[in-house]
Amino acid sequence: MKLIEVKQVSKKYGDNVVLERLDFSVEAGEFCTMVGTSGCGKTTFLRMLLGEETPSGGQILLDGKPLPDEPGEDRGVVFQRYSVFPHLTVIDNVMLGAELKSSRWIGKSFGARRQEIRREAKELLDAVGLDHALSRYPAELSGGMQQRLAIAQALIMKPRVLLLDEPFGALDPGIRTDMHHLVLKLWRETGVTVFMITHDLKEGFSLGTRLMVFDKIRRDAQAPNAYGATITYDLPLKHADQSTQDSIASEVAQTSRLLAGAK
Amino acid sequence: MRLINLSPSKPLAAVLGLLPFIVLLLLYLNASEARLAENPNDKLLPGLTAMVDSVQRLGFTEDVRSGEYLLWSDTQASLKRLATGLAVSASLALMVGILLGTLPYFRALAGPIVAAISMVPPMAILPILFIVFGLGELSKVVLIVIGTAPVMIRDMAQRVLDMPREQFIKLQTLGGNSWHLMLRVVLPQLLPRLLAALRLSLGAAWLFLIAAEAIASTDGLGYRIFLVRRYLAMDVILPYVVWITLLAWLMDIGLRVLSRKMFPWFHGQQEGEA
Repeated sequence: MKLIEVKQVSKKYGDNVVLERLDFSVEAGEFCTMVGTSGCGKTTFLRMLLGEETPSGGQILLDGKPLPDEPGEDRGVVFQRYSVFPHLTVIDNVMLGAELKSSRWIGKSFGARRQEIRREAKELLDAVGLDHALSRYPAELSGGMQQRLAIAQALIMKPRVLLLDEPFGALDPGIRTDMHHLVLKLWRETGVTVFMITHDLKEGFSLGTRLMVFDKIRRDAQAPNAYGATITYDLPLKHADQSTQDSIASEVAQTSRLLAGAK
Repeated sequence: MRLINLSPSKPLAAVLGLLPFIVLLLLYLNASEARLAENPNDKLLPGLTAMVDSVQRLGFTEDVRSGEYLLWSDTQASLKRLATGLAVSASLALMVGILLGTLPYFRALAGPIVAAISMVPPMAILPILFIVFGLGELSKVVLIVIGTAPVMIRDMAQRVLDMPREQFIKLQTLGGNSWHLMLRVVLPQLLPRLLAALRLSLGAAWLFLIAAEAIASTDGLGYRIFLVRRYLAMDVILPYVVWITLLAWLMDIGLRVLSRKMFPWFHGQQEGEA
């Protein structure tokens, strides 16, 4: 069963075509990494999956039904920054999703229900390695810990799809590797379908089951915005070898220079 | 070393901070003494003894006519008006500010009128308030509200708009609806900012309080100052001004301490960013 079907999707802002001719589908449980240079519409595509943006043309189906026009609990998200709520402690941040579900009016739970949610949140925090920081505020955590928290917070909803927008872009290389292990572990355990944007080609290749390269192949020097980016490579990852990686790297770098020159 | 790289030690900074106060006091005492030497009945720059006498008379002896201690009854009346006005303003700012900041439809509807109202000079409509609400307590409180609420409302709305959009998206992915967003994300993050806005509004609130009391009142700190002006009673006016300044200063400190106690996450965050 196809979880997500992207049918001839395009996105433009006025005359500026950002994305065009996106056409593919994703099975439940896949881990898709999306790479490409800045301005090639990776984030725009993620926002369309999220429901924050709507396609200008075409359609995105989730479980065979058109995606709603607003974010919902079946699609969790972790941004590069600001993913967690600064006024809530670590445990409260994770409990929030479950609490909102249990109380329509005040979004807070009490008594036995609260204890149950708390236990569930604690287990998740255990899994991401934050069980020692339950009552701290996000501002007291390092960047890596904040991202761990954001992942736990998203997972309490048991989303069908987890969207990661350069989640490790602001982290140190060593911590990044730890985070890769964590994400892979959680992905295997939960079976959630992951879309992850990254700038780092190596990261794109080493994580996940499928690599999508966003690139601008049609270019018009007179009208740089006339054509949008699309997916130029869509690779199952076990088949990717070093030479493919190298040629993708050089193509992406070339587009990046061209886009920089066009500005 | 360059001047910009030199900073005083803590005790020295305290001394430096006190210095202007001491200089000002000495200048006043000197001038007062000089004038009193020439004319012992001079009213313009009364000496310390005259002022202490006035405070003694107004603050610690019963008024013959009303049987009240005037300084305290004035203070009580003024603070009650000030607190009521600011409480109404703060509640309005919180409610309207949240709606303006979170709901685009409400912003389209109410944004322009709030912006327009905030441009009306409050003192210019004071006569209208007296006509509509009479000369009683209500018109004074309403003046404070009209003087402080619009700015606070716009400040709160802007603070909501300044919150990272990521948080709004995130809450929706956690299954939250519009009401959840206001209650669990926007409101708690706005409260410390409301206290900050209150601190900034204190000056304006006092201004409108004194103005209203000066024009139509039978008690209050502003009333007293303007009453004794007729007798050139600087020995009363000066201690009253010092007292008002002290009250305003204490409120400012109180709000700051309250904010630090109640919202540690907010102040931790600010220091982290600085």
